[in-house]
Amino acid sequence: MRCDKRLAIITIVFTIACDMPEQPSQPAGVAKHAGSGKAIIPPAAAAPEDGQWVRVQKDHANTRFSGLQQINLSNIDQLKAVTTFSTGMVRGHEATPLVIGDTMYLVTPFPNVLFALDLKEPGGATKWVYRPDPDPAAQGVACCDVVNRGAAYGDGKVIINTLDNHTIAVNAATGEEVWNTKLGDINRGETMTMAPLVVKDKVLVGNSGGEMGVRGWMTALDLKSGKIVWRAYSTGPDNEVLIGPRFKPFYPMDQGRDLGVKSWPPDAWKIGGGTVWGWISYDPESNLIFYGTGNPGPWNAEQRPGDNKWTSALFARDADTGEAVWAYQLVPHDVFDYDSVNESILLDLELGGRKRKVLVRPERNGYVYVIDRLTGEVLSANPFGHINSSFGVDLKTGRVRENKTKEPKMGRVVRDICPAAPGTKDWQPSAFSPRTGLIYITHQNLCMDFEGVEANYIAGTPFVGANVKMYPGPGGHRGEVTAWDPVAGRAVWKIRENFPVWSGALATAGDLVFYGTMDGWAKAIDARTGTERWKFKVGSGIIAPPMTYRGPDGKQYIAFLSGVGGWAGAIVAGDLDPRDATAALGFANAMADLKKATTRGGMLYVFSL
Amino acid sequence: MSSRFSSSRFRALALLLFALNLSAAELRVCSDPNNLPFSNQREEGFENKLARLIARDLGAKVTYYWWAQRRGFVRNTLGAEKCDVIMGVPSSFELALTTRPYYRSGYVFVTRRDRRLDINSLDDPRLRRLKVGVQIIGDDYASSPPAHALANRGITENIVGYSVYGDYSKDSPPRRIVDAVAKREVDLSAVWGPTAGYFARKSSVPLVLTRFTPEIDLPFLPFVFDISMAVRRGDTALRDRLDRIIMRRRAEIDAILREYGVPRMDDFGDEP
Repeated sequence: MRCDKRLAIITIVFTIACDMPEQPSQPAGVAKHAGSGKAIIPPAAAAPEDGQWVRVQKDHANTRFSGLQQINLSNIDQLKAVTTFSTGMVRGHEATPLVIGDTMYLVTPFPNVLFALDLKEPGGATKWVYRPDPDPAAQGVACCDVVNRGAAYGDGKVIINTLDNHTIAVNAATGEEVWNTKLGDINRGETMTMAPLVVKDKVLVGNSGGEMGVRGWMTALDLKSGKIVWRAYSTGPDNEVLIGPRFKPFYPMDQGRDLGVKSWPPDAWKIGGGTVWGWISYDPESNLIFYGTGNPGPWNAEQRPGDNKWTSALFARDADTGEAVWAYQLVPHDVFDYDSVNESILLDLELGGRKRKVLVRPERNGYVYVIDRLTGEVLSANPFGHINSSFGVDLKTGRVRENKTKEPKMGRVVRDICPAAPGTKDWQPSAFSPRTGLIYITHQNLCMDFEGVEANYIAGTPFVGANVKMYPGPGGHRGEVTAWDPVAGRAVWKIRENFPVWSGALATAGDLVFYGTMDGWAKAIDARTGTERWKFKVGSGIIAPPMTYRGPDGKQYIAFLSGVGGWAGAIVAGDLDPRDATAALGFANAMADLKKATTRGGMLYVFSL
Repeated sequence: MSSRFSSSRFRALALLLFALNLSAAELRVCSDPNNLPFSNQREEGFENKLARLIARDLGAKVTYYWWAQRRGFVRNTLGAEKCDVIMGVPSSFELALTTRPYYRSGYVFVTRRDRRLDINSLDDPRLRRLKVGVQIIGDDYASSPPAHALANRGITENIVGYSVYGDYSKDSPPRRIVDAVAKREVDLSAVWGPTAGYFARKSSVPLVLTRFTPEIDLPFLPFVFDISMAVRRGDTALRDRLDRIIMRRRAEIDAILREYGVPRMDDFGDEP
């Protein structure tokens, strides 16, 4: 027979909404006020406001909240660009810069160059440049765009991950390499893109590459020497997942021996995914770290009956030993590509008259989970976008109530699945302001259809998969900024954006929230009402979370790194052909009009009054 | 007479265009540097030999741009204008303009001869209890057709997945699924024909390749594929030239494929 029938992997074809307003930044919500109850950053996990930005998340609680308020609602209209800096690279820039003392540190996408900029010099002169020279082959074998989500700092060292799986510590003052540890093998499809987190005397890092059948892990390195202290896999036997006598998961579905093996067909856990490419939080009071894992593989879920633990799951681990203290599988047996790598924001809330120590997760599957961070009990899980792939979360069992009619199956046409594969929110991190009690979630509004199959090939081997079409969800816009009240468990207001909001957010004590758009607008909005108060058009779309710091001159600065790319922006960063239905797993086609809205190129913009 | 004249004139024009287009008569090929039996940097694969054959016909020299044949391959090679030809893709491939098919192969079962399993259907009940190796891709919205087909039949507990990518630091990364049969890690493997044929020949233990039925699972999951060369979309001039060479050099192409043990499911080559 002739294979002239068209078969495709994933064709995410975007229907462009032509009737969309140009700048749809109007808050549209029930009430324009702040949070309904008391929500604070756990004092032990907060960062002292010293004008620095020492970790990409600002604090261990992952709030991205700055106490600086020189730039505020009364003067935001006078915010002006004061300095720019070109990284000289054209791929997606997802890394928030760090400011430690008088120096700004900036890590680029592959080849992962680390710049130190002297903030005392006018225009921020380059102090030193560290080039790790990663294996060029890493680009060819890496999934997706060759992004990097930022550096970490501790003990006088700046720590970066490279795409080819090195964690490297560099002397913050001189730019000299202190240690360099290889953690994974690019030749097996493993890469590293996440931002390390320094917790006490350790550096925590995880791997990427679920698309290549990689087995996920989290690894702790000794901050002094770079030696591996512990490694916890996301799948496999308990001793490799570091599940032992201290492990007390809240829900019966997560209890039992060796579930990382038994919830899979034999051996399938070895290639099962569960990579760790997102955010880590740390609660010094309980000495627990929290992070989520990527979705399971292979893609055809019928090949892996069972819950596929511990993919799309949340772990609480002892920061010193890595021992799992509890785990909660957010999405058992994922069929939609709903990774669970999003940020866990640590908060102390008053819920039903009780003080609860929680973590809050705007999840890819569309729910904001409020979870007791000491026990793993889900206190609430309410939708922050349009969802029909499930009917809510059963708080008794912890299980998502799946909508079986939306389950993608080879050879079956399934229409109108919401949210689409990138979820209601992907990796882009939210911010929280203790002044308003609101979480600011930058996210997508996308649905998808699954249909047909198409022949493609890898390494000379033809294969087939689903043909997916993505399109805007209800309302016709592709992005949203949602102000979420974690106490009441509902949205207070929403801003609609034309493109997915892939930047993440920054909240400040000036009662402003900053975010960027994929067509290149840096924006500031009123943290209470969502009203747009300032915007500036930068050279390339923004997909990196903004940050703020106090300069050596005592002035407050806001920094945006522009440089479109990532999964959503690969069409521009990778210069993809919009006719390539399968490029960037099809997201490229979904973003066909982005090429008209922005061009590529990494550039830092610093603003002040 | 007149047709011969116009055809020779056409050929002269084509050659001229070719010279202009491919500067100094180069056949610029994008290939994986480590992917036998298809290609490697030492040019030992059948696609390397085919490239040489095509270039000889064009009076050109083969030059290579090497890039791992994974997601982004076409974008980073043909798309980035680093080359003009990819030697093998499915004929229905959407990302490029494909030539007429030059061979048809299919997925086959690989077994040890001494096991005498003789399984020739995806519906053989023994597939429910024997250990079966399949080629897997990772969480990339896709899988190899036999992996889909066995899952559709509810056969999952006895399946072992072997990465199509393999370990790229080793020679011939995809060969492990064939070696696994020889080493009795699995009872049989479902493997893409050219990979199966080549590594079965290299095996020290005698292995057997068996075609299986059906050729397609309905509604549409094929196990047999036509394979073509590919050029950039719009490059019909080069595509047409390649088409003519494929027709003209049929016998030589078949000989190369035979030399590498490619199981054929068309009229030109050997049955597996």
